[in-house]
Amino acid sequence: MEILVCVKRVPDTAENEIEVNSDGSGIETDDLVYSVNEWDNYAVEEAIQIRDDKGGSVTVVSVGDEESEEVVRREMAMGADNGLLLSDDAFEGSDGKGIASILKAAVDKGNYDLILTGAQADDGAAQVGGMLAAMLDMPYASLVNEIEVIDDKKLKIGREIEGGNQEMSEIDLPCVLSIQTGINEPRYVGIRGIRKVASIDIPVHGPGDLGLAADAVGSAGAGVKRLDYFVPELGEGAEMLEGSTEEIVEKLIELLKAKGGLK
Amino acid sequence: MSGQIFCYITYKDGVPDDSALELVTAAKQLDAGAAPTAVVVGSGIDALCNDLTASYAEVWKVDNEALAYPNAEIIRNVLLSILPSDGTLLVPHDTFGMDLAPGLSIKMDSVFVADVIGFEGIDGSVLKCVRQEYGGAVSTHVSCDIGGGAVINVRPGAFQPDESKSASGQTVDKTAEAGDLSTRRVYLETVEAEVGDVDITKEDVLVSIGRGIEDEDNIEIAEDLAKAMGAVVSCSRPIVDAKWLEKSRQVGTSGQTVKPKVYLACGISGSFQHLGGLKGNPFVVAINKNAKAPIFQVADVGIEADILDFLPELTEAIEEL
Repeated sequence: MEILVCVKRVPDTAENEIEVNSDGSGIETDDLVYSVNEWDNYAVEEAIQIRDDKGGSVTVVSVGDEESEEVVRREMAMGADNGLLLSDDAFEGSDGKGIASILKAAVDKGNYDLILTGAQADDGAAQVGGMLAAMLDMPYASLVNEIEVIDDKKLKIGREIEGGNQEMSEIDLPCVLSIQTGINEPRYVGIRGIRKVASIDIPVHGPGDLGLAADAVGSAGAGVKRLDYFVPELGEGAEMLEGSTEEIVEKLIELLKAKGGLK
Repeated sequence: MSGQIFCYITYKDGVPDDSALELVTAAKQLDAGAAPTAVVVGSGIDALCNDLTASYAEVWKVDNEALAYPNAEIIRNVLLSILPSDGTLLVPHDTFGMDLAPGLSIKMDSVFVADVIGFEGIDGSVLKCVRQEYGGAVSTHVSCDIGGGAVINVRPGAFQPDESKSASGQTVDKTAEAGDLSTRRVYLETVEAEVGDVDITKEDVLVSIGRGIEDEDNIEIAEDLAKAMGAVVSCSRPIVDAKWLEKSRQVGTSGQTVKPKVYLACGISGSFQHLGGLKGNPFVVAINKNAKAPIFQVADVGIEADILDFLPELTEAIEEL
């Protein structure tokens, strides 16, 4: 099975405090630690497991700046066969539809049976997979937490739905699936693994290579525009307990007693 | 404001989801003069549609046995067939809405905005929306021109339900216009979540842990505290993804909905998916080393501390009582 996995380089929220920059035009990027979007990493692991079981190849693709090459390379170190970077100034400022259009152009140049994305990324929109499927006129399923290959025409899949329940379906190939975290246990990538793929050439494609009009993507083509970033004033917020640890513990215990938190 | 506003109704066992009335409020915030139309798709849904006429001036019904299970792949085609191209459709941003809406916006050639938590006015047909990024750490304003139609996913719980019930509307049967109901994704069955050794939905006091616990071996720290308090340990999603605790211990929209009296959120950042599983207005104590964690916006009491240091101190003090 020929599998394409779409990945994104994002600030690692487990490693960073995300703060709005001084003029509200973006987030503070000094000292940010970046990594591959967590959901995408599960998608790559799933693709590798399917390939190891059924044969074929795994290609990892990312839309982003030059720095995104490092996450493509990292996923190749996990075991993906090929990498592809879609990068150009004209792609900057793309909205979800723009990103999906760029990816569609790359899909059209290949011959993939299965396309995986992460269920969502740093902007929490969960949109690119569904848009890409619609553009390709392929069936789609989101929040996939189980994949079983039935044959070269069909998959059995599970979707995570409310309440921890799982919705089972059969889906025709080729299709697009967005992958939920927890579907597998992504393998660890060590320095040695990264070194092994350090010299592999990762092709970079721009709008010309993909047959895209530059004004159809990027900020020029974006129907949804981000105006600013801000920190919300939501309600009163928590009453912060201050003082020495001993004092805080004492105050907290009084509160817990009053609210029925201690039995 | 140009096109008509439609609200997609999700429901279970004939009972509308809370979002059914929240979307009325959202529609009115989008456009103060809006008289939104409900869209209900399913099988045997007359009573449900009738109930909704109290809140919606019109309720569009698509009733067919082939639609008994809400398969987004089929319903996308139904909506494409019945909705006007310049309409604005509001959809709850839940596991169904995420499945349905992005692809629908492409098929309708409409703009799409995901997970909206507020509307801040419309200028001509240019709408200003409020969203969040980075798990709620920062908010953004986004604008889009909805003159050519829009699909907008609205966060469940972000708008108050409209309880006015003053629409006295009517049901309009759109079944004949539903179009092709075939699909390349066939629903088989729903596998119910496994019941764990402890039912966290019935507990009054929960010590809930998130990423801040850092390592599987540290879960003991939370268990010790829970034991001292007479509480039970629950968790957020990353702990289950890491397979450190059973799925039945997870609080959130993709886990359990809990209604404790007291909730200790320990090293939990507070994503809306997590908070969506916390109901009944409990007393929330947030302990987190990141002072900017979104959980502090919703907690009653906050403590800026590393849980790995703080929880053992708290346990010891409680044991000495």
